[in-house]
Amino acid sequence: MSGTDASRRRFLAGTAAAAAGLAVAPGVLLMPLAQARRAGEPASSDVRWGLLVDTTRCSDGCDACVRACKEENGWEGVGRPKTDAQWIRKVKVRDPRTGHTQSLPLMCQHCKHPPCVDVCPTGASMKRADGIVLVDKHICIGCRYCMMACPYSARSFVHEDVRDQREHAPRGKGTVESCTLCVHRVDAGRVPACVEACAAEGGGALVFGDLKDPSSEISRRLAAHGAEEIRADLGLDTGVRYYGI
Amino acid sequence: MKPHVHFREIEGRSPGYYALLGLLGLLVGAGLVSALYMEIEGHWVTGMNNRIVWGTPHVFAVFLIVAASGALNVASIASVFGRLQYKPLAPLSGLLAIALLVGGLAVLVLDLGRPDRLIVAMTHYNFKSIFAWNIFLYTGFMAIVAAYLWTMMDRMGRPYSKPVGLLAFVWRLILTTGTGSIFGWLVARQAYDAAIMAPMFIVFSFAYGLAIFLLVLLAAYGWTGRPLGEGLLRRLKNLLGIFVAASLYFVTVYHLTNLYAAEHTGVERFILLEGGIYTALFWLGQVVAGYLLPMAIVFSPLGRSRGWIATAAGLVVLGGLAQMYVTIIGGQAYPLILFPGKEVSSSFFDGVVADYAPSLPEVLLGVGGIAIALLAVAVAVRVLRFLPEDLRDELVEAQAAAGGGDGSGTAGGERSGGAAPEAAAAPGSAG
Amino acid sequence: MRGVMAKTGRVLALLALVALGAMARPVAAEVPKPKLPPAKGEKCVEPTEVMRRKHMDYLLHQRDDTLRRGIRGGKYSLRECLECHVTAQAGQPLPTYGSPDHFCSACHQYAAVQIDCFSCHRDRPEQPAAGQARAPASGDGLTGPAIPVRTLKVLGPAEEKR
Repeated sequence: MSGTDASRRRFLAGTAAAAAGLAVAPGVLLMPLAQARRAGEPASSDVRWGLLVDTTRCSDGCDACVRACKEENGWEGVGRPKTDAQWIRKVKVRDPRTGHTQSLPLMCQHCKHPPCVDVCPTGASMKRADGIVLVDKHICIGCRYCMMACPYSARSFVHEDVRDQREHAPRGKGTVESCTLCVHRVDAGRVPACVEACAAEGGGALVFGDLKDPSSEISRRLAAHGAEEIRADLGLDTGVRYYGI
Repeated sequence: MKPHVHFREIEGRSPGYYALLGLLGLLVGAGLVSALYMEIEGHWVTGMNNRIVWGTPHVFAVFLIVAASGALNVASIASVFGRLQYKPLAPLSGLLAIALLVGGLAVLVLDLGRPDRLIVAMTHYNFKSIFAWNIFLYTGFMAIVAAYLWTMMDRMGRPYSKPVGLLAFVWRLILTTGTGSIFGWLVARQAYDAAIMAPMFIVFSFAYGLAIFLLVLLAAYGWTGRPLGEGLLRRLKNLLGIFVAASLYFVTVYHLTNLYAAEHTGVERFILLEGGIYTALFWLGQVVAGYLLPMAIVFSPLGRSRGWIATAAGLVVLGGLAQMYVTIIGGQAYPLILFPGKEVSSSFFDGVVADYAPSLPEVLLGVGGIAIALLAVAVAVRVLRFLPEDLRDELVEAQAAAGGGDGSGTAGGERSGGAAPEAAAAPGSAG
Repeated sequence: MRGVMAKTGRVLALLALVALGAMARPVAAEVPKPKLPPAKGEKCVEPTEVMRRKHMDYLLHQRDDTLRRGIRGGKYSLRECLECHVTAQAGQPLPTYGSPDHFCSACHQYAAVQIDCFSCHRDRPEQPAAGQARAPASGDGLTGPAIPVRTLKVLGPAEEKR
């Protein structure tokens, strides 16, 4: 069996599974969030991927999303916290006046107007048609201007040699990296690893979906309950929104 | 035959000259070895981390780039503003501008995560990025100043001196605007995001560039024993005092503006009061050493002494490095404000002042950049006619009165007979 | 005159080449060739001759399509190259880039051509460690929670009617 056949078969299997919807109750259809795009089809601007964080369901002690991301994308560090990469982190927010505390995950906010993309001299920082902000490590020169520009400290610089990367998450010394919204999963019709982990082990605080599709769960939740952007004052129109902050 | 300023290479045979070359060469070598070490090991061996992403090399690189555009001012004053007394200094001014820029860019490039991909920066452009614009501004600056030097130093180029000089002047203003805007346009950071960054950097560049120019001029004429007029020095040191005063003015306005906005009082409190090393560097380094002492020196009777002028210029350079450290590293050390009014904490050091301590390789790389610039100048004045062999005031004034010597053999493009004999038979003790 | 000389030159050069070729023939057999490790599949995505000359162009083109435009399922995937070409010798772990047993390094060391792929990309296929089922590398495997809970979609009245 040739490699091509194997890939095609795997790909078809994925598509078939993704296409299958399953009715679990009248009116409730258990169906995949998005269908895998067909081979050869580019990401479309008819879609804008977004993530809703329901902070009321996110607890301080839980880091399921962080662990899942580490595992999925292979960015386990070498024990040097200041230089090790962090694609996603849990942030504790406390109001000093009232003592009210909250916990929430912070990662690349996949802005509509990403400052990192604006400042990148080579165009390595880029936004895909479907709104996912990525680093094209093929042309990243490691100038770190994007890290200066990001309001969320969402990016990490790879400070040392990396080996045994995950197949779908290339990362290497001297380049900058950040959350990819698990673009490899999204393209295959699956949700990001953090979302999956939060549903399975965490509080089910993460909702992933198409912000442009008014019938998607994320759009409905946003329409019904609203949500905030972090540093909304900057007008970046982030793809990650937070409910309850 | 009327007297005129005559250009000649320095002799450059003394042990002092070779010692200078050796020392600079050593520093350049140490810088290159450091860069190689950082590239092979990765940047974890430096002081930088994911919070302080631009470290000591950037302090030196941005300082050199800013100083480079300022070093050109002496030439601009002559050809754009018609102050002909400065004309004999114009070639050195242009040379320093190119050399400092090369030194600064070398540091910047060698500190990249992937310096081996420099070619990518030359082939892929994102024109929304001020960095991409800077690539053109820097290379364009070098080309324009090279042409400018040609108009000064070659008889064929002389008719173009004025327009090319004007272009170089406008270009250097745009260039420093670009450098200041690298920070000024960073909307997310409390210490940046200010339109005043661009003009402030331009004024800084006037001071830093002139300070380095004065140091190099004094060293070159002191070590070669060539005569240098008091009047010329007086004008230059007064100009330095004015540039320093203007820098202080801009810094004051910048901080007052920030202090007025409640949103920015946090970062101001950090830099001005509670920032530890950054507060110390701001007050003692930038303000006292960089502004107050130099002004006190140049505007007092001390300013009559060459030693004190050199001290003032040296202090301006140190103050400039302190300013860059406070601006670049202090500006990053202060945490990003994610939730105004709230306290944040995380495994990624949110909400706390970031740690940074310069590492030896970073310092060596930065110093290596200065050494590259100075080495280039030392070699260039040895092989080309950048330096007038006699800068006595009478000579300079006479030539200025005669129209700056346009077309009369000012520049060293040709060697005319009957000039004063080489004053500096053997360069004196270098260093 | 010049034209004639140029022509003569060209003829001479051609003759020299032919002569050289004739001389080189017996030597050629002695020239060491890269020892390429065996591949898994029966045939590559393109004929071997084409791949030898063009693999870098294919990869370069597809990398931009994949990363920047999000086109998946292309014919020339680096992962598929490794899947097929980087194989383990009996009882050995998979070779890494830099080892002479690694398909890419075997030839690239021979040709003294440096490549940049593996400063970021994994240099060999990903295999689940013994006794540990890793999550699938990407959407292709779909093990694990294939249909995640969060994909529950509540139909609106309009959709329910349909």
